[in-house]
Amino acid sequence: MGGNTFMDIGLGHYLAVSAILFALGLVVVMTRRNAIGILMGLELLLNAAGINFVAFNRFSAPERMDGQIFVIFIVILAAAEAATALALVLNIYHQIHTANVDEAHLLKE
Amino acid sequence: MSAVGCGREGEWALSFHAIIFWALAAMTIVPAIGIVVSKNIVHMAFWLLGTLMGVAGLYLHMEADFLGMTQVFVYIGGINVLLLFGIMLTNREPLYVRAAVKRPAIASAVLLGVVVAVGLIQSYGATEWHTAKDVVIEAGASGSAESMGRPSVKPMTAPGLLDPASAEGVTNGDGTAATLGTYLLSDYILPFEIVSILLLVVLVGAAYIARRDPEGGSA
Repeated sequence: MGGNTFMDIGLGHYLAVSAILFALGLVVVMTRRNAIGILMGLELLLNAAGINFVAFNRFSAPERMDGQIFVIFIVILAAAEAATALALVLNIYHQIHTANVDEAHLLKE
Repeated sequence: MSAVGCGREGEWALSFHAIIFWALAAMTIVPAIGIVVSKNIVHMAFWLLGTLMGVAGLYLHMEADFLGMTQVFVYIGGINVLLLFGIMLTNREPLYVRAAVKRPAIASAVLLGVVVAVGLIQSYGATEWHTAKDVVIEAGASGSAESMGRPSVKPMTAPGLLDPASAEGVTNGDGTAATLGTYLLSDYILPFEIVSILLLVVLVGAAYIARRDPEGGSA
């Protein structure tokens, strides 16, 4: 980074924000037992990845916009993933009357 | 305008830029901490709203205006509302979701999260990233591609055909939507079409999976 760390906003700052967001998303994914809570953690992880893509695009190759294209695809995939996962959760809820992923072990029996 | 005046103005813009960044970073991280600590899953969904707004702000701060708006529309208007619907449809009375997780599991998860965050920040700091130095602060300045002093990467399209790099609007303040559209319909046409098919499949598949079985009697 170099210079004044608080006033000289550069690539490292955005990467740090994204790293913290990624770690928090990881904690959410690991500590939740509700399937929808886990989905929220996944959204945090995907957003952290998106910040990284845009930051590298902005600071490393500003004459091209491929990083932003990747974020568009990430957003599309996140929407698709959320819709599919919620459909699955609803179906599981109809079967076993809970959204707790620990109790969804129908395949084991 | 004198050089001193220019410098002072630049300095002011610099500190304003930094203040906005720190505000947006706080707006992203604080609600994310709220997601981690809240026990009520509805509260989690509303904290997630704040984080998504903060990320949209960071996108805007990095001059990705189209992405910022997309983030608001798709994540906040779509995914978050979808999650809230999911919560309302799958919880009868106990909205408190943390009960099942043991305390050591939470402790180890938090420990792993701290290790991941510190490790990522350390490795980011230790790496010499290839950055274009003069675009770091020049918010909205035009012609940064020329001032970088290195040849721009040529796209894969045939010369003269839709050439994204030649499309005006990357840095001239017109916004990014036009350039992104040109990219999507030239270099990224195949992923674009694949994703459109994926969305169709997801639409049909989600509706099929989520429907109630007419004769199975479930629910």
